[in-house]
Amino acid sequence: MGSTTLTRMDLSEAVFREVGLSRNESAQLVESILQHMSDALVKGETVKISSFGTFSIREKAARVGRNPKTGEEVPIHPRRVLTFRPSYLMKDRVAAGNRG
Amino acid sequence: MIRSELIQIIADENPHLYQRDVERIVNTLFEEIINAMASGDRVELRGFGAFSVKKRDARIGRNPRTGESVEVEEKYVPFFKTGKLLRDRLNGKAD
Repeated sequence: MGSTTLTRMDLSEAVFREVGLSRNESAQLVESILQHMSDALVKGETVKISSFGTFSIREKAARVGRNPKTGEEVPIHPRRVLTFRPSYLMKDRVAAGNRG
Repeated sequence: MIRSELIQIIADENPHLYQRDVERIVNTLFEEIINAMASGDRVELRGFGAFSVKKRDARIGRNPRTGESVEVEEKYVPFFKTGKLLRDRLNGKAD
């Protein structure tokens, strides 16, 4: 397991097989879907895909960090991070598929 | 944004496609990611992020109500790491 890494190309190929569009158009649609999801997140929206999972933005406060190599203190600025919470369906299928 | 809104946006941008085909396209994309992870594969979408599977070792857990020890078996869980471009965009760095 864990041997293969899929990319946009594999997702486009799946779309191409599923619907009778050209490979080129399939690739553009995959790109467009990811772009719209990204844009919504950048606007601070939560993206909730039923039976897949939820992407949400969390605001992290400023804190003082430390360079682990030098021990030097460095300020870490407040920032926004993205968290993904998988749906139960995804968790179940991933757990079942990798069992044993 | 929810799944149906995403489908609507893509449908509006592609008036030459049937709504039901747009639904199939969007559903296929998410389905394909789950299928890959269920086979133990990674899905790397440059700029957006990467979906992978992480192993959680077996451990002794505790029933929080009764305090009783329970064995928790090893399991595999989905994991998402945000891509650099998206992380930068979230913090107003790129575009």
